[in-house]
Amino acid sequence: MGPVLAGVLQLLALIVALALAYTPLGTYMARVYSSDRHWRVERWIYKGIGADPDTEMRWPAYLRGVLAFSAAGVLFLYLLQRLQGVLPLSLGFRSIDPDQAFDTAASFVTNTNWQSYYGEQAMGHVVQTAGLAVQNFVSAAVGIAVAVALVRGFARSRTGELGNFWADMVRGVVRVLLPGAFLAAIVLVACGVIQNFSGIHEIGQFMGGAQQWNGGAVASQEAIKELGTNGGGYFNANSAHPFENPTPFTNLFEIFLLLVIPFALTRTFGIMVGSVRQGYALLATMATIWVGFVALMMWTEFAHHGPALQIAGGAMEGKEVRFGVGSSSIFAVSTTLTSTGAVDSFHSSFTGLGGGITMLGIMLGEIAPGGTGSGLYGMLIMAIVAVFIAGLMVGRTPEYLGKKIGTREIKLAACYILVTPALVLVFTALAMALPTPAHSMTNGGAHGFSEILYAYTSGANNNGSAFAGLNADTQWFNTTIGLAMLLGRFLPMVFVLALAGSLAEQRPVPVTAGTLRTEKPLFTGLLVGAILIITGLTYFPALALGPLAEGLAS
Amino acid sequence: MNNSVANIARLMGAGLRALLVLTLLTGVIYPLAVTGVAQALFHHTANGSQVRADGGVAGSSLIGQQDYSLDYFQPRPAKGLGVNSVNTRYRLILSGATNRSADNPELIAWVKQAKAEVVKENSTAGYQVEPSQVPADAVTSSGSGLDPDISPAYAGLQIHRVAERNHLPVARVEKLVEDHTQGRTFGFMGEPRVNVLELNIALRELAQGDG
Repeated sequence: MGPVLAGVLQLLALIVALALAYTPLGTYMARVYSSDRHWRVERWIYKGIGADPDTEMRWPAYLRGVLAFSAAGVLFLYLLQRLQGVLPLSLGFRSIDPDQAFDTAASFVTNTNWQSYYGEQAMGHVVQTAGLAVQNFVSAAVGIAVAVALVRGFARSRTGELGNFWADMVRGVVRVLLPGAFLAAIVLVACGVIQNFSGIHEIGQFMGGAQQWNGGAVASQEAIKELGTNGGGYFNANSAHPFENPTPFTNLFEIFLLLVIPFALTRTFGIMVGSVRQGYALLATMATIWVGFVALMMWTEFAHHGPALQIAGGAMEGKEVRFGVGSSSIFAVSTTLTSTGAVDSFHSSFTGLGGGITMLGIMLGEIAPGGTGSGLYGMLIMAIVAVFIAGLMVGRTPEYLGKKIGTREIKLAACYILVTPALVLVFTALAMALPTPAHSMTNGGAHGFSEILYAYTSGANNNGSAFAGLNADTQWFNTTIGLAMLLGRFLPMVFVLALAGSLAEQRPVPVTAGTLRTEKPLFTGLLVGAILIITGLTYFPALALGPLAEGLAS
Repeated sequence: MNNSVANIARLMGAGLRALLVLTLLTGVIYPLAVTGVAQALFHHTANGSQVRADGGVAGSSLIGQQDYSLDYFQPRPAKGLGVNSVNTRYRLILSGATNRSADNPELIAWVKQAKAEVVKENSTAGYQVEPSQVPADAVTSSGSGLDPDISPAYAGLQIHRVAERNHLPVARVEKLVEDHTQGRTFGFMGEPRVNVLELNIALRELAQGDG
């Protein structure tokens, strides 16, 4: 069997696994967010918070919950890093500098997990386990909560009430992420991922001498890092590190973990709006883009254009032998089409076009299938835009799922899709215009520009992967990428929740012969087109200067 | 105004309490529970899949090592590997890739140089390695810098050199490589590979046994 066929079979195996999980997980999550019963452990948590989980919130209250909880997260994580030098169980590691601590706190709270630090030399047990890994859970749960609030906006009518933020967030952690991560962590340990608290210790080597190893709670963090589409590695090499991702099976398993919730949420959505076929239409849109991108990536990586790769005889720079080109391509596409940003191979050393595909995946807004929750609400925003475009074509007031898409709704959707491109392009332009940021580049020419474009694309879209040649641990990058991550996460959430509130207040419009059938393949086609054209046009000039210039030259 | 300040304070208090409770659950109880199960059921893997040779620990079967002498099979290059720049009381391995782009002049030079070295080192009196035989993994750095494996093609290329230097028949070393070649998992996952540390441990045993 050749590597190309093996790559295709791995993709098919992944599709089968995701398909098997789709219905049970999607249905389960719909029950989780619709149930009015509380588990005992949840009642304890609500008591600890001092919140009544049965109080319905209108969108401003829901938003205030999101922001207060996230602000507390940034503050807590910042302090934990600043105090590391005096904390116990921290291996004697020194405290993190203020700019890097801000960047890292913003990064993990926004579900980005951009890392300007080296995990193995900078972060001790307490920061990794009680700081970073905690945000892996809760930032993902916040994303799902906001998505569920928007879905309720479609499902409910003549009310402004969107549910209770604390209940949605806590249930996401307790009923979805925690059990899933626990099982996944055990599977990972069984396959070779480490899980111990032995700190830094010496291990003998074959030729004599010793090497120093970091022990740590790696498997427990790895599991939620993928399941919550976070992506922050325990080690600098992330999922390329054999202690995070030891075998070809764990590689596919980790890809499965990072895709399973975002895909299954389309079923949760379908059930909650009363038509699973509406969910299938979104699923088909996501799957089309994902499979298409994987096919393109495999094509360019197996073709290995680019001088160094041609001389080497294959695109193995930055890739591990146990994964090879095929499995690495699937991982790269899946991590950039979700908000994960974990890597099992280093995107900077991909072919020029391959690197461009990873960047374009993030630029699409991470909606195919996207991050936990953020993928679904991002896709719903694009669905509204697609419905609006279709409405313009036939001269009819657009409606989606029985709700009119009026001036207020389309304004909010437009604001949503403008935020991240504005952040990416303005910050990239600033960094290129100033004299010092370019000193951080490792590569020259088009690829050097790509390093900076990728950094802000990754930050503003909350992905976290990088063209990692860029030395991002400077005050400029720590500050501006930190800001891009915060604005790129929470401004869109403001628009999503405002939109949810406005939809929930409407009364439903009856379906007539003139209603656009949004559960049909025609709409899926329209949606795929709208996503590619709107994003493609926004970023095309920037892509032409970076990855396209590099890719077409080789 | 006072009212809104009080409201914000109350809300931030709730946020902070929520965070602390969930930190206890997901940042303390969860990792300890996973560690408990992992140490009880998977003690070997949870502690780094250590491999023993000659009565001592020779490393981990998962972590590639760099400084094998030419008597042994060579791993992939690891130009992205570093040592720690902070907390320097330790000497930690910093995993990582080169992050050089496909058109980076430095990377082109590294690949060319590695290719020439592989050809030179592995050509023996009776066996000439052609540059076209050198597989990509032999001249490129992995993503982690800790890749424990090489491709069967790269291992095959080294057989004559290793056999000559260890005074072993080529067929014996060929057999050794064959025995240590792992196919794709379930026939289709990942790529075929040879674990360098395990292969070299077996080689040393073979050479010492014959010596």
